[in-house]
Amino acid sequence: MTQQIVAIIVDGLVYSSYLFMVAVGLTVIFGVMKILNVTHGSFYAFGAYLAATLVGIYYETDLPEFGGFLMLFLAAITVGLFLGVILEQGLLRFLYHRDEHIIVLATFAMFLVLEDVIIMIWGVDPYFAYQPMALLEASDIAGVPFDNYSLTLILLALVVGTALWFGLTKTKWGKLLLAVIYDRELSQAMGINVTVVFLVTFVIGAMLGALGGAYLAPTISVSPGIGVEVIVLAFAVVVIGGMGSIPGAMIGAVVVGLSRAAAVHLFPEVELFVIYAIMAAVLAFRPEGLFAPAKARKI
Amino acid sequence: MSVILEVSDLQKTFGAVVAAKDINVSVSEHETIGIIGANGAGKTTFVNMVTGYLKPTSGRIQFLGQDIIHLPPRDITCLGISRSFQVPQVFMSETVFENLLMAYAIVEDTGLAMLSPIMSEERASRVDAHLKRYQIEDYRDAVASTLPQGVRKLLDIAMAAVRSPRILMLDEPTSGISVEEKFPLMDIIMEALKQEDTTVLFIEHDMEIVERYVARVLAFYQGEIVCDAPTEEALVDEKVREFVIGEEYHRTRIERAGTETGNA
Amino acid sequence: MRYVDKTVIGLTIAFLVLLAANFFLAEWMRFIGLQSLARGAVALGLLVLWRSGLISFGHALYFGFGAYTAVMLSLAGFSDAFILVFAATLMSGLLAFVIGFLLRRYRAIFFALLNMAFSMILYGVVVKTEALGSTDGFGVGTPTFLGYAPDGEAVQTTLFLFTLVFTYLITVGVHIYMQTTLGYMSMAVRENEIRVEYLGYSAEKVIHVKYVFSGLVAGFGGGIMALAIGHVDPDSMANWTVSGEFVFITILSGTGSVAATYIGALVFELIRTYAFEYAPQMWQFILGGSLLAIIMFLPDGIWSLIGRLRKAKA
Repeated sequence: MTQQIVAIIVDGLVYSSYLFMVAVGLTVIFGVMKILNVTHGSFYAFGAYLAATLVGIYYETDLPEFGGFLMLFLAAITVGLFLGVILEQGLLRFLYHRDEHIIVLATFAMFLVLEDVIIMIWGVDPYFAYQPMALLEASDIAGVPFDNYSLTLILLALVVGTALWFGLTKTKWGKLLLAVIYDRELSQAMGINVTVVFLVTFVIGAMLGALGGAYLAPTISVSPGIGVEVIVLAFAVVVIGGMGSIPGAMIGAVVVGLSRAAAVHLFPEVELFVIYAIMAAVLAFRPEGLFAPAKARKI
Repeated sequence: MSVILEVSDLQKTFGAVVAAKDINVSVSEHETIGIIGANGAGKTTFVNMVTGYLKPTSGRIQFLGQDIIHLPPRDITCLGISRSFQVPQVFMSETVFENLLMAYAIVEDTGLAMLSPIMSEERASRVDAHLKRYQIEDYRDAVASTLPQGVRKLLDIAMAAVRSPRILMLDEPTSGISVEEKFPLMDIIMEALKQEDTTVLFIEHDMEIVERYVARVLAFYQGEIVCDAPTEEALVDEKVREFVIGEEYHRTRIERAGTETGNA
Repeated sequence: MRYVDKTVIGLTIAFLVLLAANFFLAEWMRFIGLQSLARGAVALGLLVLWRSGLISFGHALYFGFGAYTAVMLSLAGFSDAFILVFAATLMSGLLAFVIGFLLRRYRAIFFALLNMAFSMILYGVVVKTEALGSTDGFGVGTPTFLGYAPDGEAVQTTLFLFTLVFTYLITVGVHIYMQTTLGYMSMAVRENEIRVEYLGYSAEKVIHVKYVFSGLVAGFGGGIMALAIGHVDPDSMANWTVSGEFVFITILSGTGSVAATYIGALVFELIRTYAFEYAPQMWQFILGGSLLAIIMFLPDGIWSLIGRLRKAKA
């Protein structure tokens, strides 16, 4: 019994961290740009693929073993910069004035395109980047074995969450961002360069998405289609937490992560849809998610 | 004159902010009432509560003997209280004619009749008559988003009046309108509404308008009604002068009254 | 007669032409035609919603629900297409009616996403349930038509005829409905809900009615698709990418005309079929690329091409 509870809690937290990592980039982009970015799934997939490739190359050399971790971050930064800039500059900025549904659809189209670009670059065979995970071995908590790599995911999620919170509330850049979130037109009138804010935000969001994929790469088989599932999971988490809210994404991730872990251990058959059921339930009672932004008077 | 709207002990708080406090008003048929007060005094909150947009924290609103506090705006509208808006709420990318056609269709077609064609000659002629009544027939085929502010306000009010409501509440009908246009605009509105014997309550900042068109004034200050009296009395009321109008208007009014020998 | 206009006449001519063509079409063309009609019907439902300013990213829910209703009935021993497709339509409509009570409160992206959430619940249930065929799905038996049991190519010919008649009726019905007060309410709700409320009507009710309609036709499309392909499985019937394809068709078609949804569905089907055939590793690339091209260069959908051609001539 205790073992089961420990397993649910630790698995739940690991899974929550995973969800937070895949959802946070989406929520950052939505919060600032009001764009629901389906290509987020591609950032994740590209991050995972590039990480797997770099890790593979790295361990061919005689460099110190722990340097493999650096490859994960390098992959995330590269993908974020590269894809983020191309997509924002090459596509999105032409669509900002269009209906929000059309923008979602455009990112969906881009997602389809990138799915096949992945196959063109990496082929259809799976990649494995198990080395960083093997390196950290396993430990047990109250008699339940866990691999340490998964536990570091919790740490990473906490670091990323704290860094974002700090960046948003304590730095000048963060304050600018909050101003844009609050009122885009007013910020523009006040002289904030919204164009640059958008580009930087999109790149950061892309890096976060790619980091999710890159850091997860050692734990999964990196194969075509990994972005598809991630995108709906991330949507669910973001919607539960309140779209555009970073603490919301964190709470959403924990709620979903723990519930899913409980479902996996107690009722395995409901695993896949428990997340969406929670999403539907939360929205039924709190239409704008758990952390709803305040609304202005309309009439 | 019988009382048709009875508001008693109405309260509304937003967190720590009191937006409405101890509001007691009764409105009789065929009255024309001006609602005055500084920004944030609770005028629009009052209108929003009566028309169902906001739910009061406590109190009662009775219309024709029926409690309407728990009704949504659409039901209150159907019972006979319509309203216009400070910012005109029209169908922006449709023409003036289409706006009113839609309004007539919604009012006239209920239940399965909603599946009848929206356009008919009879309805079109009713719409055209309505356009004439509000003197916006020149703009019949102009798209609402391109209209001058005054015309858009008239359209907004004309749409609210389609249902021939017992009570019509107008939220600042003359805001955003130039000084020269104000009186003609109000003349059109009041004339059209008089034909229907509508009871009118309107929020107004311009005391000249109040003086000219209303018989009774409700003055709001910090969520409370500080004065409810016939216009003549209200405009010289001490509290109204202090909290609502400010001394300047009062002085010019007295001067004017002196030179024009008491023009009411 | 007051309902007959150019669109109705055009639809009727197209209907008669297709009716005649049914006897000459090659099998693969008829197959593409069937799929286009099925998907076009779903897109028609989305069009009705879109005119109210709402887009659903989850109509695979009703499409899939319809398809699975048909297949489960077929497994239970029913083979009549009338029963299977009507049940599919009805069940999906019923589901939309129930879910509609929640969804009618939402607008914009929330509406789109919540639809997706519900569709993923169905997907999750199907994938995890052996009794529903799990990831492999089920085959559907050959349908009969009011006692007539065709075989060979006649099955498809009859199914095409069946589908054609019903899509024709639905489409003419939708076109007529768009001229009614309820049809115009879409515009009113999209442009100003506050005004609709203060004219004395419930915007939510309007949306609910339209939502149920979209559920009904999506169920119809799903039922037809199950019979046309002869197989249902969660990935091709209920996954979110299927919903995305419906939205694709809707955008591709534009809001210009009810007929456009079928042209849009046909174009989609052709792009997909050919891309899949000639570039199996690239079909998503081609599909996504086409969609992007439409969004960028043809923002009002393919129907606007006709308008442009007319202008060019004049």
